[in-house]
Amino acid sequence: MSLTGDAPKSINTQQKIASLLGVSGLIILLLASLNVSFPNKTLWLSIALLSIIGGIVWFAQAAYSGTHPGIKNDGVWFKSMSNRGYLAWLAGISLTGFYVILYFFPEYLGLREEGDNVGLIALFDPLSKLLSGEPASQWFVYGTLYTIAITAFGVKFLWKYRHNRYEKIRTYSVMFFQTSFAFLIPEFMARLNGEGFSLPYYDLKNIWPLNYYNFEQYRVDEFISAGTIGIALLLFGIASIFIITPILTYKYGKRWYCSWVCGCGGLAETAGDPYRHLSDKSQFAWRVERWVVHSVLVFVVVMTTAVVYSYLGDDPSKYWLTRDSFLIGVGVFLTLLFAGIWYFKREELEKDARYGAIGYLVIILALIGLHYFSGVNLFLFNAESLRATYGFLIGAIFSGVIGTGFYPIFGNRVWCRFGCPMAAVLGMQQRLFSKFRITTNGGQCISCGNCSTYCEMGIDVRAYAQKGQNIVRSSCVGCGICSAVCPRGVLKLENGSPKNRIDSEEGVLGDNVDLLDLIKQKTK
Amino acid sequence: MGFSLFSAYFTWVISGLQANYKKLMEHIVIIGNGISGITAARHIRKRSDHKITVISGESDYFFSRTALMYVYMGHMKWDHLKPYEDWFWEKNRIELKKAWVEQIDFEKKKLLFSSGEPLEYDKLIIATGSIYNKFGWEGEDLKGVQGLVTKQDLIELEENTAYTRKAVIIGGGLIGVELAEMLKTRNIEVTFLVREKAFWSNVLPLPDAEMISNHIKSHGVDLRHNTELDKILADDNGRARAVLTQEGEEIECQLVGLCAGVRPNIDFLKDSELETDKGILVNEYLETSIEDVYAIGDCAQQRNVIGQRKSVEAVWYTGRIMGETLAGTLTGARTAYQPGNWFNSAKFFDIEYQTYGWVWPEPKENEQHFHWEHESGLKAITISYNSETNEFLGINTFGIRMRQEIFDLWLNENRKIDHVLANLKLANFDPEFYDTHEKEIFKSFKNNLQEA
Repeated sequence: MSLTGDAPKSINTQQKIASLLGVSGLIILLLASLNVSFPNKTLWLSIALLSIIGGIVWFAQAAYSGTHPGIKNDGVWFKSMSNRGYLAWLAGISLTGFYVILYFFPEYLGLREEGDNVGLIALFDPLSKLLSGEPASQWFVYGTLYTIAITAFGVKFLWKYRHNRYEKIRTYSVMFFQTSFAFLIPEFMARLNGEGFSLPYYDLKNIWPLNYYNFEQYRVDEFISAGTIGIALLLFGIASIFIITPILTYKYGKRWYCSWVCGCGGLAETAGDPYRHLSDKSQFAWRVERWVVHSVLVFVVVMTTAVVYSYLGDDPSKYWLTRDSFLIGVGVFLTLLFAGIWYFKREELEKDARYGAIGYLVIILALIGLHYFSGVNLFLFNAESLRATYGFLIGAIFSGVIGTGFYPIFGNRVWCRFGCPMAAVLGMQQRLFSKFRITTNGGQCISCGNCSTYCEMGIDVRAYAQKGQNIVRSSCVGCGICSAVCPRGVLKLENGSPKNRIDSEEGVLGDNVDLLDLIKQKTK
Repeated sequence: MGFSLFSAYFTWVISGLQANYKKLMEHIVIIGNGISGITAARHIRKRSDHKITVISGESDYFFSRTALMYVYMGHMKWDHLKPYEDWFWEKNRIELKKAWVEQIDFEKKKLLFSSGEPLEYDKLIIATGSIYNKFGWEGEDLKGVQGLVTKQDLIELEENTAYTRKAVIIGGGLIGVELAEMLKTRNIEVTFLVREKAFWSNVLPLPDAEMISNHIKSHGVDLRHNTELDKILADDNGRARAVLTQEGEEIECQLVGLCAGVRPNIDFLKDSELETDKGILVNEYLETSIEDVYAIGDCAQQRNVIGQRKSVEAVWYTGRIMGETLAGTLTGARTAYQPGNWFNSAKFFDIEYQTYGWVWPEPKENEQHFHWEHESGLKAITISYNSETNEFLGINTFGIRMRQEIFDLWLNENRKIDHVLANLKLANFDPEFYDTHEKEIFKSFKNNLQEA
């Protein structure tokens, strides 16, 4: 029995030429990596990058311009690239390889400890010097390619969803934040650095704990020594997570960050869009997700606390905060946080979430307590090795190699769903203290499954929609695609009253018999 | 001594419990694992400990029939059509049996299958759904001629696609337009024969129907109004090679889609004592002419018509409501089928359609239609209201999503059309940042009134 047909000819002639153009740009970069020396770097870099951008945009134009505005998922599960076929594996392995080299062997990209860079990194020197005045690094190369991916594939996404203004505005937003906040502004800020004044590289929208290194000693030192601006930036970094984030998440849900601002989200929504349906929708995956993502959050909290704790003692004249008061502060804050959640929301929390919260609180307090009472130099572990482990496991392997490298295999939001501690923080807020929900339109759901299939976070949207329940899930990034692909107009992303946001009782509109009423009567 | 007394007492208690449990534990057998049967099963399980067996020859697990088209178009895989993971059924103690029921011995309360042991039941729910209509056309049984209702139809369509460059679809309804959309994604030329003067104009008011007709044509479908099939012509291999219209035009095709409606799937009951007409006749409690036998969903026919509804309703939503209702009856709360305000939905290529309340193709006595259409030809509404009292009767909305909850309320409160149009914004369910048209619609209504 065969239920999957042959793919219709999915690529037209123009798309083929566009692909060729884009790939030729990549080949120039590859040749540069192989130390082919290009005579005029500015010219060849421009040719390479413009070919890539032009190729992607042309491909999109050729794919969508002749079509009606509307959902464009024809053949998604037939195509090799979007159905874990040969092309998908090829792309996945190449991307993964790129990340491994980028993170662990940048010398192969041409990074040199001493002297001028060579190869690919040297090819990017003209652009880097233009922006910051400094020669390029592997991170500059990565940042440039990342920004190109978001903007060029962003244009593709805009074309694909041109009938949907929510999707369009959201995409303009991620394109803007990537190009300005993540790419250009930090480069320009680097220009300000000079004698006695130096700011760390700071992407202002990259908030701790996603930006897990934001409060490391070298950065804090630089912030402090840069005077008022530096202090302001440091305070902004703290306010971002403790003040700005809760307010915006309360009003709009975590989407304001995850699918409107965040760079990881930006890449997932644009370059990763063709793979959104590959996310695992099983209940098992959901269970794994909750444990893993919250464990990462615990990890980052412990790690950051340990790191900050370790340098606070170094120089009492420099930091007004003492080690002890910092630790006590962290302990009090976490305790108050959990007590608050427990007091206000214990009825809404499912059992395992409760166990999780309590368990984690105990772990954190135990770690802190252990140190505090035993007086050992550091926690159970050495702070620096904790930081290095986190950077390696979470920062590099999880978010980069697996999270992005395996887009074509596991889907585009693996990192956001299973790994991102920022998403975990925002998710808790969204689940417990937010006006955001996806509203279900009465009894109109036909259980078709488009919403669940195209949910990049692996939420079984249909399970809620077919019962007429609102969708209030901590993992939902508010991309709006479930609503877009729904053929019957059942789903709507909304910010409304926090009351009655979660309607747990089952009953589908259109049925005059209220079964719950009946059950209640029966049990009386 | 003490111990034996205790154990005797214990045995007595247990046997009593067992007897009680027997009474509680009936074997409810459901034929058909579509939305009606499965909804019944789920709700019975929620509210009781009865033994539940669901029988289907069509598929191992419940799937969303309305989404068959998306598998063919490559939007989804078969597994995505299943609203519940496979472990769900065992966990909820709903037994699934894959078999075709051949005959029912109502006397002995026994089901006979095309193969294997018979199955006894205490209560029987028949939820066998629909099959597509054939009207005795010459050539209707040729290879390459088919409808699209079941999983098997989808498999057959996939097989037929390999032979197909051109297709003809007969009958302008919801399945017809879906099939047209499906075939277009495989680059098959589609000719769409519709008896009416505009697509689905036996259900939609003419301006709505014409807008949809234009939209279908804009997708490259050769839509022929006022055209009926005469016969289907065969090639040497017994495959369809062309259709002949009643005007005598021959249209080449390798696939003929029979989409001229569906009918209850009750042929296997033909010679039984169960009372049937178009479908299995049921009363308002969904009880058939035989005790302990019930029918729900597409295959049921109401003896007494409810409101302005049809006696056979082949709609996803009504099937679900019947399943829920019957579950009440079978678990101790005898409940009449009261489906509430009519609603339905569909999608015609890119245009979504929702309807709440009654909008007839032609206004009935004392009824009037207000129609508004956006210049794009992709959005429109038609509101039906009482021309004497101005009471709002129903709305068709195209390309603008509307809230069922709000219209349900307005219908229940017998609101007037003025109120509906003045508050239309409340009912808007489009995604954020979409263009809104409430003001334009309101203005258009005011202008209409002045002209009238």
